[in-house]
Amino acid sequence: MIASATDIAKAVRTKECSAKEVAAQCLARIESTDGNTHAFLRISGEKAIERARQVDEAIARGEDPGPLAGVPIAVKDNICTVGGTTTCGSKILEKFESRYDAHVAQRLQAAGAVIVGKTNLDEFGMGSSTENTATATTCNPWNASRVAGGSSGGSAAAVAARMVPAAIGSDTGGSIRQPASFCSVVGLKGTYGRVSRYGLVAYGSSLDQIGPLAVEARDVALLMGVIAGHDRRDSTSVDAEVPDYVAGLDDPLDGLRIGISEEYLGEGLDEEVRGCVMAAIENLKTRGASVVPIHLPHMNYAIACYYVIVTAEASSNLARFDGVHYGHRTPEPKDMIDMYASSRGEGFGAEVKRRIMLGTYALSSGYYDAYYLKALKVRTLIRRDFEEAFQSVDAIASPVAPTPAFTIGEKTEDPLAMYLSDIYTISANLAGICAISVPCGFSGAGLPIGLQLMGPAFGEGKLLSVAHQYQQATDHHEQVPPASSTD
Amino acid sequence: MVSKLDEQAVRHVAHLARLSVTDDEVARYAQQLSRVLTYVEQLNELDTEGVPPTAHALPVSNVLRADELGHPIQQEQALHNAPRQQDGFFRVPKVLDQETA
Repeated sequence: MIASATDIAKAVRTKECSAKEVAAQCLARIESTDGNTHAFLRISGEKAIERARQVDEAIARGEDPGPLAGVPIAVKDNICTVGGTTTCGSKILEKFESRYDAHVAQRLQAAGAVIVGKTNLDEFGMGSSTENTATATTCNPWNASRVAGGSSGGSAAAVAARMVPAAIGSDTGGSIRQPASFCSVVGLKGTYGRVSRYGLVAYGSSLDQIGPLAVEARDVALLMGVIAGHDRRDSTSVDAEVPDYVAGLDDPLDGLRIGISEEYLGEGLDEEVRGCVMAAIENLKTRGASVVPIHLPHMNYAIACYYVIVTAEASSNLARFDGVHYGHRTPEPKDMIDMYASSRGEGFGAEVKRRIMLGTYALSSGYYDAYYLKALKVRTLIRRDFEEAFQSVDAIASPVAPTPAFTIGEKTEDPLAMYLSDIYTISANLAGICAISVPCGFSGAGLPIGLQLMGPAFGEGKLLSVAHQYQQATDHHEQVPPASSTD
Repeated sequence: MVSKLDEQAVRHVAHLARLSVTDDEVARYAQQLSRVLTYVEQLNELDTEGVPPTAHALPVSNVLRADELGHPIQQEQALHNAPRQQDGFFRVPKVLDQETA
């Protein structure tokens, strides 16, 4: 069984074991486990071993390779890495080889981490189940007939099945938190601007954030400390000091005010999910937290607002895939227009086309004010709801998703039903605030359930300490899925 | 607000987005996108008179940097992923002498 990132880094730094041994063990574990899960799109074994060897050499020279010394990490395949492909789960980028590393990949490697492979996702991050992918659907390690969630389903499943101690995902409307919840791991979406998006293939640029997933909040804190911080290559990256998230994990929770909102616990919420979330809140009360009822009046408009904005941004961002500079080009174009249209028509999957068309429509002449501008104004109302709420509370607790992991294929023919499963997560992206998903129990059928904690801008430290102390008092995250207990 | 996207409108939007679509796709998208648009129209229930739009959640704007010589991507790197190239350029089909609507 693979150890935590914290323990691996400590063991490697103190020469208790070598980074190479850890990498080899991790790769063997992926090899033996991923056949049924399909968490990975690509495994970079040779490169990982070579990188681990460099970490060992640095240690032999008496250098400190950094806080993630020898820690194997999986990276979502919409984040650019040099060596091998970055496909975004799309046929259009099937052969795309990035010529540079994303900011997070640079930061991770500079901290001693070993990137072992790229994980599966809904194409370009567009989906909630990791079914919208040019290759195989990622299965939930807890039940292979269920989805892993999405769009960072591969990253969540790889961590849940103990193939890697930690992974990196991206979250535009819940794409880290919802798969973390479905797979029983911790996932953090930081404040917009906290982590540089340089090298993240853009989907909804005003919403996208990169963040870590791991079994324990402690590891998430460790990774967040490495990847957060200013980067001039992303003009939306915020130049604010990065606190020592690990050092703050045990800060007392006395006096913590947790807001709960009826809008997050009302109609459509599965009773078992409600039960686990309420029990988690009760647990936090015994740790010194108080519960304050709050009201987020525009919450019910979040999905409508989000799907206008995100598709508008997507239609604009994905215009770059034109068959000219990179990606798929149709073999025999009639003319220039046909080259664009056919290359895109052949290269994009169904959901990506739907979203491009929806966004194009919302931005088109005659509809811009009615859809796009209207949604931007509603976004202001949603953002103000949170600003007001955080005047009286330190964090807001809610479910991550209305149900546990749904069945593979259940929602693929009904896009709106799939969109509605994002109801509790997308507001945090619209408001730009931070939010974390923490395992808080299991349904009767043995499917994981997650607690979401949302915090004000740059409140990651508080969320991590609450999550950590909750995990210290509970054992949900120590449960291991059947798909990972075979060896 | 027009809620229904008929097949003709789908073809028009697909053209604007430079997406080739099959007849099957047109029929399916007309139905699926109409449902989503109908759902989205609930935004009209809200009075947003005088509410400023939020394009970015945090007040960061006009981020400038010094105009310094950096390390731009080299030509061969820029062309590395090009589907077709010739003499150091991206090669595309002939652009002129055709309708460009």
